[in-house]
Amino acid sequence: MSGPADRSPGGGPAERQDVPATGAASPEPAAAVVARREGGRWTPQRVVYTALAAVVLVWIAVKAGEDLRRFAVVTLNGLTLAALFFVVASGFTLIFGLMRVVNMAHGSLYLLGGYLALKMQESWFAEETTIVPTLGGGGTDADYSLAGWIVPLVISVAIIGVLGVVIQQVFLRWNQGQDLRQALITIAISVILADQMLAAFGGISRDIKTPTAWPTSVLLPGEVRFGFFRGVVVLGAALLIGLGLWYLIKRTRYGKIVRAGVDDRDMVSALGINVQLVFAGAFLIGAMLAGLGGVLGGTMIALAPGEDSAFLVNSLIVVIIGGMGSLGGAAIGALALGLVDAYADVYLVFGDTDLTNYSILLTFALLVAVLAVRPLGLFGRPA
Amino acid sequence: MTPGAQRTAGLVLGGLALALAGLAPLIFTDFFISVILTKALWLGVAAASLVFLSAYGGMVSLAQVGIYGIAGMTYANLVAADGGSPAAWTPWVAVVAAILVATAVGLGFGAIAARSVGIYFLMITLAFSILVYYFFSQVTQLSGFGGVNNLDLPGLVGDPVQDPAPLYYTTLAVAVLVFLVLRYIARTPFGLSLQGLRDEPARMRALGFDVTLHRILAFTLAATIAAIAGVLSVWYNRRISPGSISLAQTIDVLIIAVIGGLYRLEGAFVGALAFALLDNYSREWTPDVGEILGPARFNTIIGVIFLLIVLASPGGLVGLWNDIWDRLRRRAGPTTGQVKGQPLRGEG
Repeated sequence: MSGPADRSPGGGPAERQDVPATGAASPEPAAAVVARREGGRWTPQRVVYTALAAVVLVWIAVKAGEDLRRFAVVTLNGLTLAALFFVVASGFTLIFGLMRVVNMAHGSLYLLGGYLALKMQESWFAEETTIVPTLGGGGTDADYSLAGWIVPLVISVAIIGVLGVVIQQVFLRWNQGQDLRQALITIAISVILADQMLAAFGGISRDIKTPTAWPTSVLLPGEVRFGFFRGVVVLGAALLIGLGLWYLIKRTRYGKIVRAGVDDRDMVSALGINVQLVFAGAFLIGAMLAGLGGVLGGTMIALAPGEDSAFLVNSLIVVIIGGMGSLGGAAIGALALGLVDAYADVYLVFGDTDLTNYSILLTFALLVAVLAVRPLGLFGRPA
Repeated sequence: MTPGAQRTAGLVLGGLALALAGLAPLIFTDFFISVILTKALWLGVAAASLVFLSAYGGMVSLAQVGIYGIAGMTYANLVAADGGSPAAWTPWVAVVAAILVATAVGLGFGAIAARSVGIYFLMITLAFSILVYYFFSQVTQLSGFGGVNNLDLPGLVGDPVQDPAPLYYTTLAVAVLVFLVLRYIARTPFGLSLQGLRDEPARMRALGFDVTLHRILAFTLAATIAAIAGVLSVWYNRRISPGSISLAQTIDVLIIAVIGGLYRLEGAFVGALAFALLDNYSREWTPDVGEILGPARFNTIIGVIFLLIVLASPGGLVGLWNDIWDRLRRRAGPTTGQVKGQPLRGEG
């Protein structure tokens, strides 16, 4: 229906009517233009977009046909990446949807969550078993029990959740509604956190170890091997979180209040509900999701300075595509971003010319394509 | 204590600053000229492009560093240098090309982002800036493996290591010009309608103004200014690498604009000077407190200062200046029918 781009508050209702797309016969040119743009006709714009989508699909199909097994692995890579993006971005979008706070420190919370879990795992759970002379230096061969991964995860997620609430209560609560100022405050916090993390954890890339008992990979139908942690744990966690959030938002009293708060915060408050408590709850969940993402990402990819901004940007792109404040949008946005990343990293090869260097341009193109059609994202609604 | 007094004081202060800036090479050491003043000036131009959009258009853009990175990278690739493409153009031609390329990209960015407002605009432009950084990180054909080094400079600038004065005066002249042009544009019909749609977009649209087009044009103009800053920055550094246009740099330019004041053009240069001074001298007086604080923890210090400014005085240092005058005026009592409220955003 009517894209937000076409809203023109000055234009009055005449423009918004769904005028049959007869075009030339319409007495009012503006209405005709809008009708033509909104009707199911093949406008040049729409033709271009459909053609582009077709080209992309054909390209993927051709590449997939060359090597189906590789295609399956690449797709799974994209899906697991998308799962991680979703876990992180869902917290970001939850906070924004309810409070209109853009938490620019979300990436810092992600990285800090990962680092805390890493620190706990290294200092509490490392059991040196095999005496391997690590002449190469650096590589410590340690075994980890299941608890050696789960316990740091739980504690780290809890700490990050509390930290999120503290940030909200101390810095953001008293200037509600000043969204730019809140964004600047969280940027300042992220600068400080990033520098402190660099001081405490160093600049070397490190990762959280999976429990030794877990297999490294699983064999899927069709002789496809895929990493156990990526394929099972991360995907499973994202599915569980998606379902959990859906249940929380759609089926519980808290979710009802959150949804009402997204639509009309003042009314909810006037009805006698303690909105501040609801806000603190949203920040708790949002920050916990960032921390959980950090532990998952720290195990799946790595922890290093710069990962904070990488995941802030991933979250931004996911919610810009999906629409700020929409969980479904975050899922779609994460899928789009994850798959585009995965395919572009591998399939951007045309004969002898290897363009995978330029893969970031496809992410950019995705962003541009969505914003050109829907400036507020796929599921975005005007504030 | 009338507003006239404040204006006079501001003009006197500005004049003094300009005179001091003009005579600086006679007064200060070469080190100070190069590391503090020249750096503050090009950072100020970069921040001015952000402040212009924010003060007159109500758009806080984080894409400025991305755009100046494009200008810097274009220049670095076109002139003779170590790394990057093998082209070896005349520096002045490369300058023009760099500014044109960056402005064109800015026009594209603007066309996409200008339909969004407020915090959406901030997020989209931040995404642009970081995508530019990732692009140059990935494409080592353009950014070299260790950055592009030893850039060829135009003869006007000479060799900044031998004598920093020519580069300093060039940067100063450009900065003053940028400041005056932006001030002038703010008073043209275009600038006035830009401020109109900053405050009342719905009314301006009803009056028949093309809001989006104005935003795009303002963004493109700011992109040109950012591009100029990009060229100045590579002249100053004689090198550019993806690291110099990373998120950290994006945030530094934002910090400069916020420290100086997001609502006044002067703020960009005030903030840049404060930043350059802090950057250089805070390392000397910072006490060592374990790993938390120390000479290496400049970002923590600048982050805390940034946080304090945002919490205490959202108008930045220039806002503080206005506050002081307001207070003086109030102490002097309601004189000539002066109403106490000052417009929030400086001159209209």
